[in-house]
Amino acid sequence: MAIAELTLYQQAILLLAGLIALTSFLMLGQSRLVRLVSIFALQGCLLAAATALAATVLDYPHLYVSAALSFLLKGAVIPILLQRLIHRMGLHRVMDTIDHPARVMMAGSALVVFSYYVSLPVVRHSTLVTLNAIAVSLAVVLLGMLLMITRRQAVAHVVGFMSIENGLFFAAVVATYGMPMVVELGVAFDVLVAAVVFGVFFFQIRSSIDSLNVDQLSKLSEADQ
Amino acid sequence: MAWLLAILETLLFVGAAPLLAGWIKRVKCRLQNRKAPSVFQPYRDLLKLYRKQPIAPHPASWIFRAAPYIVFASTVLAAAIVPLVAVDLPTSRIADIIVLVGFFALGRTFQVLAGMDIGTAFGGMGSSREMTISSLAEPAMLMAVFTLTMSAHTTNLSQAMNYVLDTGLVLRPSFVFALGGLILVAIAETGRIPVDNPATHLELTMIHEAMILEYSGRWLALIEWASQIKLMLYGVLIANIFFPWGIAQDFSLTTLGYGMAMIALKLAVLALVLALSEALFAKMRIFRVQEYLGFAYLLSVLGMLSHIILETAR
Amino acid sequence: MIAVYLLLGIPLAGMTLLALRGDSPEAGLLNSRLNGLALLASVWLAIDVLINGPELSSGRLLYIDSYNVYLIALTAFVGLTTSIFSGPYMAHEREIGRVTARRLRLYYAMYQGFMLAMYLVLTTNNMGVMWVAMEGATLATVLLVSLYRTPESVEAAWKYFILCGVGIAQALFGTVLLYFAAEQKLGVGGEALLWTVLHENAHALDPAILSLAFVFLLVGYGTKIGLVPLHQWLPDAHSEGPTPMSAILSGLLLNDALYAVVRCKMLVDGSLGTHLAGNLMMGFGLLSFVVAALFLHRQTDIKRLFSYSSIEHMGLMTFAFGVGSPWATFAALFHMTTHSLTKSAIFITVGHAAQLAGTQRMDRIRGLILTQPTIGWGLLIGTVAIAGFPPFGVFASEFLVLVATMDDYPWLTPLLLLGIGLAFAGLFRHIQPMVYGDVPEGQKAIKANLTPVMVHLALVLWLGLSIPTFLGNWFNQATQLISGSMPQ
Repeated sequence: MAIAELTLYQQAILLLAGLIALTSFLMLGQSRLVRLVSIFALQGCLLAAATALAATVLDYPHLYVSAALSFLLKGAVIPILLQRLIHRMGLHRVMDTIDHPARVMMAGSALVVFSYYVSLPVVRHSTLVTLNAIAVSLAVVLLGMLLMITRRQAVAHVVGFMSIENGLFFAAVVATYGMPMVVELGVAFDVLVAAVVFGVFFFQIRSSIDSLNVDQLSKLSEADQ
Repeated sequence: MAWLLAILETLLFVGAAPLLAGWIKRVKCRLQNRKAPSVFQPYRDLLKLYRKQPIAPHPASWIFRAAPYIVFASTVLAAAIVPLVAVDLPTSRIADIIVLVGFFALGRTFQVLAGMDIGTAFGGMGSSREMTISSLAEPAMLMAVFTLTMSAHTTNLSQAMNYVLDTGLVLRPSFVFALGGLILVAIAETGRIPVDNPATHLELTMIHEAMILEYSGRWLALIEWASQIKLMLYGVLIANIFFPWGIAQDFSLTTLGYGMAMIALKLAVLALVLALSEALFAKMRIFRVQEYLGFAYLLSVLGMLSHIILETAR
Repeated sequence: MIAVYLLLGIPLAGMTLLALRGDSPEAGLLNSRLNGLALLASVWLAIDVLINGPELSSGRLLYIDSYNVYLIALTAFVGLTTSIFSGPYMAHEREIGRVTARRLRLYYAMYQGFMLAMYLVLTTNNMGVMWVAMEGATLATVLLVSLYRTPESVEAAWKYFILCGVGIAQALFGTVLLYFAAEQKLGVGGEALLWTVLHENAHALDPAILSLAFVFLLVGYGTKIGLVPLHQWLPDAHSEGPTPMSAILSGLLLNDALYAVVRCKMLVDGSLGTHLAGNLMMGFGLLSFVVAALFLHRQTDIKRLFSYSSIEHMGLMTFAFGVGSPWATFAALFHMTTHSLTKSAIFITVGHAAQLAGTQRMDRIRGLILTQPTIGWGLLIGTVAIAGFPPFGVFASEFLVLVATMDDYPWLTPLLLLGIGLAFAGLFRHIQPMVYGDVPEGQKAIKANLTPVMVHLALVLWLGLSIPTFLGNWFNQATQLISGSMPQ
């Protein structure tokens, strides 16, 4: 349905979808790690807001629980964990320079167009009004992967990984009224454990190569040494 | 009768521009804890300049003498077509957004040529910087505008405003992004902080001011007035395209009066936002302006993409 | 159904127990005993299902049919034998100071945690929970790969985590799409993610969405199987971790990921009329098979050599499942068993060989058969088995795959033969000097418990000579389930 025919709540969900895509782009261009994590926290909050709105629109109360869970986990706990790690490792003054920001942004736009193309068949057959946003969720997943590819700092990789999970969660919200509760709890648990394990990893990496520049982790390869 | 209204509206536009400039200055001074000059001070400044004798340097050609008039004329023409108080005026038939961009380009071309005309270093520097910024800002502005026209299915300004009024309050992601992009472009084109400091006296940091360094007398008055009208133009564009409620759709006195009051209110709020951002942000170094305009372009492109992805029916 | 709850409860309890007591001397024994109990539970379950048919737990969260029950038994068995090996091995590592007490506790706790995740993947009926358990298995083992804290192992663990994490995120997207397709027809609620329900209604699901979902699921779970070009993490992770970990990763995790893909393929085949899922699997499988066989020749590290061999065999299995005919499916199931047993045996032997020679580099390991004949013979026979020599089981299953391919896709058989030949050459080229070369100075025999190896190899030999009837029936039932008819 064209946007003018939707209710205000449904329009708000689509607006939040657009803003979530914007935060993904902002993360692509952000070279300071502290600000990167803050934008990621913002993305988590927007996601929680979108989920809560979806709960109102689709009249599916268990989505309120999902919204609270994702706000807690992705808007609060994981960003705070990462910020603490960044400060403990002294990375808050490091600039993770991006090589060609213009090219990265153009690649990002190309990915958005690609994900729109891929999700066309999915959207055609649907009765859900908010399903247009599934292209945005796939775009967020792909932009998270682009973020991981274009960065050298390990913390940026973790943020990219978490933003991929954000995109997937958003896909679940707009396409399928959220996943069954047991699955959502499992996924949230996995994400939390993953964040903790990442934290442990940073210390291991740092003590082994004395920096968190992951480009230097390249001893194991097929090329003759 | 409608034509009379159109002429009156244009005169109002042109006449109120220095008032807006004075109001912005007042708010800025208040924010910086200074005592502000009167809101009508810009009028007095323009009058003072008009009474002085203009001096042209030796190597100046006809471009130097003609440029202020061309710049002022194109800006007044642009002001004539942008709906200020009422839509559906007779001038609205040529009120096309691309025509508007064309008017701006005309004025800018002559301004830039005039800056280079005398052969001073600062004039050339200002001209080249101005062209760099506009070459980056124009695609962003056009993209933001195209996003709007994709929803409204027309590039005509008053028809677009009518469309937005008719569909009521709709939260469009594409509009939100286009608004962001247009605001960033407006700041760049009108030469405000963080792109250019209008009150600077350091020539090496100037962009717009550097081009008009050699002007004096009534030529300077015309150019200053034109830049004030341009600022008001962008403000009116932003206010009336994205928040058109209150604009008069017929020509009765009450609606017109209401329309005037609403636009005055919207411009006052926009001026507040502008002054706040000028107080909060520092001026960027010139090489950072491309990132800034790239971001504006990104916002506009995102607006267009979100229109196609999120807003159209399948 | 009590057997299932026991099966899941034992590792859960074991995890907490070993997290506290993992550094005591009897930890290894406790680990083995727990795995032994789990094996008993799985055998009970297997007998139950074989007699009574497929079972669904209350709440429909767990579902056991003939396909996963045999995998459960296999998992439990390999887990047990590996833990028997791992007890003294890790004690030795502790003695020479390669692991601290804390890390040993982590190791044992995560061993049980990994087993729990494996059982959960195999027994659950809910596709979402399957994903959660798969990711849980990654999380359980990722810290184990970097257990020795060398720069290479940290790098391997990081690669493992990131690549598998991103890969499996794709699988989650596929699961969401699957759920979406199901919800369109079945309505909202937990039902739409249950495999049993999906399988019944597969014909009603939208083919376009399901094919898109399958692509994502194949890429996602395929990363965990080690399909080329998503295999980059596998050689590193399998070679840098402690040997028992390499054994269970190669032997168990890859199988479970393939199981997940085949479950999805069963759904997609029911919905699409075309052979899309099978073709995709065949393509990826064949690519992995040939590329891995080529890579085998360039290896310098012994564990990486056998990791590439794992990739190659998983590629072959994926290919066979992709072909989809009853004989091919039977062959693939058989191959899963033989490969699992052989590969874990090989990794155990390799671990001992590396301990013996003090290095993992193949150009420095020499003369194993002279220094310690059991290890030398074990390695030789293991390599012979995995390369596909008769009369071992791997030969039988590879032969069956070849026969099945010749039936349906005769033009692909030369490629398969080429791959088998290349792998054979690559393996023997490296193994021969290691086993038969001159003994370097100061190489002494070590204390080694090679019983698990011998048991595994003997089993594989037995399977190669004649498949016992109950196993044959098992495979037949599973084949019927997967491909729709029994092999003639």
